[in-house]
Amino acid sequence: MNHPPYIHVAVSLAAAPFLFGVINKVKAGFAGRKGPPLFQMYYDIVKLMRKGAVYSRTTTEMFRLSPLVSVAVGILAVMTVPLGQTESLISFHGDIFLLAYLFGMARFTTVLAAMDTGSAFEGMGASREVQFSMLAEPAFLVGLAALSLLTGESSVAGILSALRNGTGTATGHVVIPICVASLFIVLLAENSRIPVDDPNTHLELTMIHEVMVLDHGGMDLGFIHYGSALKLWVFASIIARILVPVKMSSPMLDAALATASLLAVTVAVGVVESTMARLRMLRVPQLLTGATILSLVALIIAMR
Amino acid sequence: MNEWLDLAVALLILSNFMLVNTSRLMSCIRIVAIQAVILSVIALLSHLHALDVRLVVLVIITVALKALVLPQVLKRVTVGTGVERELSPFVGYSLSLMAGGGLLALSFLMSHFLTVPEPGLSRFFLPASLFTIFTGLFIIIARKKAVTQVMGYMAMENGIYAFGVSLAIHEPFIVEISVLLDVFVAVLIMGVAIFHISHEFDHIDTDQLSV
Repeated sequence: MNHPPYIHVAVSLAAAPFLFGVINKVKAGFAGRKGPPLFQMYYDIVKLMRKGAVYSRTTTEMFRLSPLVSVAVGILAVMTVPLGQTESLISFHGDIFLLAYLFGMARFTTVLAAMDTGSAFEGMGASREVQFSMLAEPAFLVGLAALSLLTGESSVAGILSALRNGTGTATGHVVIPICVASLFIVLLAENSRIPVDDPNTHLELTMIHEVMVLDHGGMDLGFIHYGSALKLWVFASIIARILVPVKMSSPMLDAALATASLLAVTVAVGVVESTMARLRMLRVPQLLTGATILSLVALIIAMR
Repeated sequence: MNEWLDLAVALLILSNFMLVNTSRLMSCIRIVAIQAVILSVIALLSHLHALDVRLVVLVIITVALKALVLPQVLKRVTVGTGVERELSPFVGYSLSLMAGGGLLALSFLMSHFLTVPEPGLSRFFLPASLFTIFTGLFIIIARKKAVTQVMGYMAMENGIYAFGVSLAIHEPFIVEISVLLDVFVAVLIMGVAIFHISHEFDHIDTDQLSV
């Protein structure tokens, strides 16, 4: 035990929006632009927090609830996932399902809020979001199940520390790369990054996640942005930890390594976004089915 | 060494999924060629302790034939017929992927009841070779274009080769060479036939030929 687990939670909560800055810098670098400052997301959130919100008369409590749920879910998820070699704040048997369905709950409330506005446009976005997440969810769960089977643990923190200690890795050298590939696709899909969704576009034909939050403003929008930053942080730190399960001699080195691997995953997201085009809407289910199949292959191999 | 073998076998499994998932004929041809290379690497890796001339010659012939000559023949046929993609297969691509998942589970189940005589080989090798055979069969059933069906035939042959490596290591040289010759002749004849079919009927849909 190097330092108390609430430190990494505090660091995560403070540093999560920074990842978006890194992604945008990488994208700007590829395009030959200077790009927005690394802390742009913080400025945006602070600006939105100082604004009041306008609510349509057709909306109900659901509409106001959903941004809060997405932030609350993000905070809870950060607590279940350890960063680097730290312990996680909350950890119990089977919390991989908690993690998967926390995000499911956040999505559910977002979808309800989108339907609540009564706009046909947002309903369309909600329908797409639900369709794609229905395909991304099995990929995520089966991928985690494969890792769980490999390590014999059923909590996120347990799985990750078992990978570090190298227990039960008889087939790890095959299962882990396949799982990482699958989880990376899930990361891109769940955080509406480019091959699935374009976070920058406001073109109605291609929007998925952006559509659903069109009617939120001010503080609510700030909460939604912050929630999505936390979500990206959680996914990126899981993948970073699976990829770099090394424990260094001192806690400082551990922290440095964790930060470096987290940044590497983020930069990879940025590179994917800069070098790939967004997939056609019809091709997205095929990509996500592919991710599920990758997880399934990992699971079957882990069973042997 | 065993780790690399396992990784190569995992690549073989994943290449089958790519084959099932892609609609472009050129990528299909490339994937089948890559499969042949992976198989040769597996054959070499699993016999590193006892490399002999026979095996090396066989691997060289296999790679030359399956990864260079046959893809070239099929590429010419594809360009000649002007068919670039399999647009409306019997089974769609997402569904094909799921079917592939089912086939993978089936082949792992089946290999539970079979025992491998050679203990040095990867544990996944037998199911992977069964899976390659099944994938080839599936493609023959699920696709309409004659070129894609030939691709399925070649994938199936790759699977049989893998099965041979995993079960009957010491089969005589002459058998393996003659199997290779069979495949070569078969693909050549199919290529010529497809070319003539496309000239005669303006398409290579086997679905329309059967009416």
